[in-house]
Amino acid sequence: MSEYVIEMLNITKEFPGIKANDNITLQLKHGEVHALLGENGAGKSTLMSVLFGLYQPEAGVIKKDGVEVKINNPNDANALNIGMVHQHFKLVEVFTVLDNIILGAEPNKMGFLQKAEARKKVIELSERYGLQVDPDAKIEDISVGMQQRVEILKMLYRDNDILIFDEPTAVLTPQEIDELMEIMRNFTKEGKSILFITHKLNEIMAVADRCTVLRKGKYMGTVNIKDTTKEELSRMMVGRDVKFEVDKAEQKLGDVVLDVQNVTVPSKIHANNAVKNVSFQVRAGEIVCLAGIEGNGQTQFVYALTGLDKMSEGKITLCGHDISNAKIRDRSKLGMSHIPEDRHKHGLVLDFSLEQNLVLQRYWQPEFQNKGFIRNKEVREYAEKLIKQYDIRSGQGPVTTARSMSGGNQQKAIVAREIDKVPDLLVAVQPTRGLDVGAIEYIHEQLVAQRDAGRAVLLVSLELEEVMSVPDRILVMYEGEIVGEFNPKEVTVEELGLYMAGAKNMYRDVGAKEQGKEREAE
Amino acid sequence: MKKGMISVLASVISILVGLLFGLLLLIVVNPAMAFPKFGELLTAGVSSLPKLAKVLYQAAPLVMTGLAVAFAFKTGLFNIGASGQYTVGAFCALACAIIFQMPWWICLIASLVAGAVWGFFPGLFKSLFNVNEVITSIMFNWIGMMAVNLLCMNLKNAAGQLVMLPTAWVSSPIKDRTAALSYANPSAMIPKMGLDRLFQSNYMNISIFIAALVAVLLWVVLNRTTFGYELKACGYNKNASIYAGINAKRNIVLSMVISGAMAGLGGGLYYLAGTADYTIQKALLPMGFNGISVALLATSNPIGTIFSALFISYIQVGGESLQPVYAKEMIDIIIAVIIYLSAFALLTKNIISKYIRTDKTNVNAEPVPPAAPVPAAETGAVDSGEVPEKTVESEGEDK
Repeated sequence: MSEYVIEMLNITKEFPGIKANDNITLQLKHGEVHALLGENGAGKSTLMSVLFGLYQPEAGVIKKDGVEVKINNPNDANALNIGMVHQHFKLVEVFTVLDNIILGAEPNKMGFLQKAEARKKVIELSERYGLQVDPDAKIEDISVGMQQRVEILKMLYRDNDILIFDEPTAVLTPQEIDELMEIMRNFTKEGKSILFITHKLNEIMAVADRCTVLRKGKYMGTVNIKDTTKEELSRMMVGRDVKFEVDKAEQKLGDVVLDVQNVTVPSKIHANNAVKNVSFQVRAGEIVCLAGIEGNGQTQFVYALTGLDKMSEGKITLCGHDISNAKIRDRSKLGMSHIPEDRHKHGLVLDFSLEQNLVLQRYWQPEFQNKGFIRNKEVREYAEKLIKQYDIRSGQGPVTTARSMSGGNQQKAIVAREIDKVPDLLVAVQPTRGLDVGAIEYIHEQLVAQRDAGRAVLLVSLELEEVMSVPDRILVMYEGEIVGEFNPKEVTVEELGLYMAGAKNMYRDVGAKEQGKEREAE
Repeated sequence: MKKGMISVLASVISILVGLLFGLLLLIVVNPAMAFPKFGELLTAGVSSLPKLAKVLYQAAPLVMTGLAVAFAFKTGLFNIGASGQYTVGAFCALACAIIFQMPWWICLIASLVAGAVWGFFPGLFKSLFNVNEVITSIMFNWIGMMAVNLLCMNLKNAAGQLVMLPTAWVSSPIKDRTAALSYANPSAMIPKMGLDRLFQSNYMNISIFIAALVAVLLWVVLNRTTFGYELKACGYNKNASIYAGINAKRNIVLSMVISGAMAGLGGGLYYLAGTADYTIQKALLPMGFNGISVALLATSNPIGTIFSALFISYIQVGGESLQPVYAKEMIDIIIAVIIYLSAFALLTKNIISKYIRTDKTNVNAEPVPPAAPVPAAETGAVDSGEVPEKTVESEGEDK
């Protein structure tokens, strides 16, 4: 038997104008976790689509157990026991977990479903690998982490032994990430082989055996994780040295810019409040980070702060003006900038050109319009200035459709637009989500530059690394409340994790409450 | 290649495919006469000045209903209520002309306002209660048509005569249509400015120029003003426009009002020509629905609607020349096939864009896979992934 379970040798795949994969070789050993590392647009997804039969390569061969195979469509891949968990899950929202798992491979007798049989197999698998799921829950009712387990079970149900994980941790909480790593290790013990696509170096260092690095469609090499460092990997991926530390000038604290008092926001999903009695201040010249696990009220708080949603109680003051009930446009005029959490939903009009997007917050200002007519020349000049200054890369410059730009450059465009407004307060919600190290480094620099220029920055983040390195002050949010305030230099990740998980609260004793909740859960 | 060029090319190819199918139908029905009659179909519109006048006369209201649909498309709405707005606009123009004896331009303004009101309600329900504008505007089509029928047959003047009907003006047995403007109020007829003599046709007046002017105006509003920028932002991404502080609710209503006003004005332009009377209707007027084809063929570009309306009008006039060799119904089917396939412009545009990539230099955008990478066996055919193509495309370059 060949040493490798899957070999992709000298794969070249071209698209009009782009060589997405240029002579790439990837060899997956039996029972290993093999990471595929590269920035956005490096060709990872293309390579996997080739393996999955979605694209036919112009050159190169694929071998399974040393025998050359032809993969023309996903069914062929499935027949070779290759399974994949996609970054965006492919689940039917209104179906149950069990229905989703058997979908496309339904056990039947003369066309009649044999669900009992399937249920037995699914329960058996979930127990064997520690993948707890409720087979009868509907997908729309379960958490993202649980949905991912369903995707994994789908592969196991089909007896796949080559498992591809495409950016699996992007949607998970730190605890769920740890669980996933553990599950991956279990799989390799059973002899399954894993291809792990990611651009997060820490995860590769934690779980992978070997790593193949791609850069701009080219093969940069395969390394043993044992023999390498995070720095070396990032150099291979980006092509230059990347700073992991954030340089900050000495802090010069100014006046209070944002004053939040007793803000309460009702939840849209349940009867409780999503944000409960939150109070804090942000001063000029500091970065305050609102940390917490996803779904603990950060999003709702930001909606209330920026005017996208209404709050039921409390008062928000921006530079001395009460903005509790102000319109979004007025908040913007008073000096608030907002880098939104979801750049496609809120941040950009994807079918507008880049220049139109760059003036989205300012098109109404006299600088860009005259008696209701847009001053195209000024818009173009302004766009070109921002593109140059913030290094926003796109196919056709100012007239590029935002949709055709890469995620990192879309985010850069938003950051440029919001920062160039010269805000008193910059609200940045997960500004680095889904970006590669180069772009993350850049955006962190920009945030710190705002702070050093004497502006107030409110950063909302789920990434522990970011929480620890960027801000001057950390506020931890749990179930809609602020449960702790820390100086990042004086707190450990573990300590922070306890507050984020609700096990500790600076302002009251949580023991009794927790026990009550456990009883409720049972 | 420029995006604007692709749009034009797509429309032309669609038209050619539509014509080819029309020819095939002609051959199937009557092979001997197919080719000469097809030739007539293609040339009838320019065979004589009166024919050309008719093309222009019919194109004017088509431009307007086309604009109504195109403008709504651009702002993310589907105004299928153009027919109702058109009918209501026509009635108000005629009522102003016949009952109130107003001059033509006030009648036109009345039609504009009436259409706007008819567009306002679907817009209001959409913005306040998120009721789908398609449903409301379909309902308003019927409400509008029935209300107009009712009013035409019941409105009485001081002397107790049915004022909208010919009987109030001349001795006439006709009771199913409105009085002709030629005797009821000649001053309400749209001026001909000598064009009727030039074209030797009673159909010719300045309506096509009014329509073209409005189209240009609308293009300017959409592409050059902050108002148009806001409307388009709302249409493409409502959430992002709210985030940018744009009043999305107000803009939805305004979009529908403007869209309705366009269709209403179309009604005014057609019936104030004085060559057709409003007949009591049993079915919705097709002019509003033809507007959808016009808008699709023009890929929602206001300037494009002028040309696509001219084309559709041209084919309709050409179709008349097929009689009596082909039955009237047959001609309608052939015209429908041509228009139907012509409306595939958007589809054609996407196909062309796929082959001619405009963003060759895109530095690090990830190539978009042709289909979401879903192995069929794994998930069935269901896929909730993003759909990159929108139903309504932008019309391209702003110059």
